[in-house]
Amino acid sequence: MITVEQRAEFRKHFRYNVGRRLVIDKIVKGVVFGCVVLAIVPLGSILIEVFTNGSAALSIEFLTQIPGAVGSADAGGIGPAIQGTIVLIGMSSLIGVPVGVMGGIFLSEYGDNRYGRTIRFFNDVLAEFPTIVIGIFAFVMIVLTLGNFSVWAGTFALSIIMLPIITRTTEESLKLVPITYREAAFALGIKRWAVITKIILSQAKNGLVTGILLAVARIAGETAPLIFTILGSSQFMAGFDGPIDALPLRIWRLSSLPYDNAVAQGWGAALVLILMVLSINIGVRYIVLRKKGRGLKLRMLGGAL
Amino acid sequence: MSLDAKIVSMMRIPLKSGSRFVDKFFKIGAAMAATYVLAIILLIVVNLVSGSAPVWQKEGLGFLTGSDWNSEEGRESYGAAPYILGTFVTAGIAMAIGVPISIGIAMFLSELAPKIMRTPLSLIIELLAAVPSVIYGLWGLFVFRLYLKDWVETPLHNLFGDNSVVFSGAPFGLDIFTASVVLAIMIIPTISTISREIMLAVPNSQREAAYMLGATKWEVFRLAVIPYSKSGLIGAAILGLGRAVGETMAVTMLIGNSTGAAAFPTSLFQPGQTMSSIMANEFAEASQAGLHMSALIGIGLILFIVALGINMVAHLLVARVIKSHEGAVQA
Repeated sequence: MITVEQRAEFRKHFRYNVGRRLVIDKIVKGVVFGCVVLAIVPLGSILIEVFTNGSAALSIEFLTQIPGAVGSADAGGIGPAIQGTIVLIGMSSLIGVPVGVMGGIFLSEYGDNRYGRTIRFFNDVLAEFPTIVIGIFAFVMIVLTLGNFSVWAGTFALSIIMLPIITRTTEESLKLVPITYREAAFALGIKRWAVITKIILSQAKNGLVTGILLAVARIAGETAPLIFTILGSSQFMAGFDGPIDALPLRIWRLSSLPYDNAVAQGWGAALVLILMVLSINIGVRYIVLRKKGRGLKLRMLGGAL
Repeated sequence: MSLDAKIVSMMRIPLKSGSRFVDKFFKIGAAMAATYVLAIILLIVVNLVSGSAPVWQKEGLGFLTGSDWNSEEGRESYGAAPYILGTFVTAGIAMAIGVPISIGIAMFLSELAPKIMRTPLSLIIELLAAVPSVIYGLWGLFVFRLYLKDWVETPLHNLFGDNSVVFSGAPFGLDIFTASVVLAIMIIPTISTISREIMLAVPNSQREAAYMLGATKWEVFRLAVIPYSKSGLIGAAILGLGRAVGETMAVTMLIGNSTGAAAFPTSLFQPGQTMSSIMANEFAEASQAGLHMSALIGIGLILFIVALGINMVAHLLVARVIKSHEGAVQA
């Protein structure tokens, strides 16, 4: 039989114990919420700074003119950089999209074996790879071989960076196509390649477009590999075998110049770049979330995956 | 599109779609495209090894352990130790700051946040990963560095002064500390997104069992979620490390760039150098065929090996967890 004193003692301990646990729980919840705020503040700050500092530089001349002489009062524009970024994205996509989509088809349709798993693994490893290593590799392989910095070298480097992203998103979206579609098509006697290219790909096209756009957003902001491949230039493109400029590279150069108008231009170029990259990212996510793309892994993001 | 409509559209596909070889060719073509990835990794090894051969011949293993860095003709000497160390120190500090915050974010997104907040918050966190590295550098250089200098570095310096090695040196904002903090911000989305995915893969029965015993949210997390997802969370953190180790532009713009023995990371408030930043910085000065370039390519090779190792370990850990709960994973 428990005495009244024992019961009171027990209650005291129970209250103390539960009370302490509830307080710890509250503290942890607060700390965890603080973590979220800590992560959002830099994003907010970046967006605010880029928009406020960058919008002052924006004008038609800024977007179309070539850069002025270094340190001169006439700072010129970032026309060649915008042109170069668009050229590089287009050229890289010419290699990255077909190879990536075919690779994704292989992983999804034929890749359920040891070889497929190996490829998938190295594909994921490559997706996370330091892009500067890819840049210096492209330098050794293309620039040293051909003898000069060129669009080709930049294209080669950027296509390697976009490839794993496209491959994986293609694979994931092909796997989302119900198996019944394949069964029905095979039952009709349609050849496998026709089933894949004409039926499954058309069903998975949202996912495919998503992957391609994410890859484009990713390479649009890449800087490190471009230092080693396209070098940068203050003129519009002269040909595929010569140096060109690109937005991220131009931002880097401008930010290192000790002139106020150069820095102001750097913010302007950053605004153009961030509008490009974030609008693609937000657009893609909006579409994916609205449509049935649930289940499609979107871990592959703007930065290093 | 309904299945009926699908079948109708199928009818337009000729049944005799090419000879039986077309199927084979298609498969081979797909296999070749997939193999391209392996070929690239192999080519990277071959090219970096051949490109850096001269410096290995001259310096031998001293390239890994030495700290001399002189590109002046006739007195050329290259040792990469300070940069290798600098890479690990900056990445280590970034991890120390970034991993706890990321796990906190993942916990909030997977366990605590009300349903309507989860998707928008995840999106916002993921947008952090989409911001190009060079913009982090620009922001760090002209905005964040100044706040960090005034609010964190100067107080720390005044508090501990030059007596402590770690906080010695007048804070200027262009130093190992600034680079590490910005790196931490950059790896948070990577780690938190993957951690969240891994936590969501923990079966609800685990949580329910803990709740049934009267556990609080935090206890559920500590007793049911963490043990179950530990190896995956470690994998996520290592993936973040992989990113931190290879990150170039933001670090190059913020670390202050010292070379040689001066680049040994001793104080947080002194300029340093990482493997990727020295490549980005000195590339323009190195002649295309010289020993200097070979040394930079050699650093690229070291970075390649380090990153390959880190990423392979991380992927093995993450893949194992996510695979073992296949079907439970939600994007």
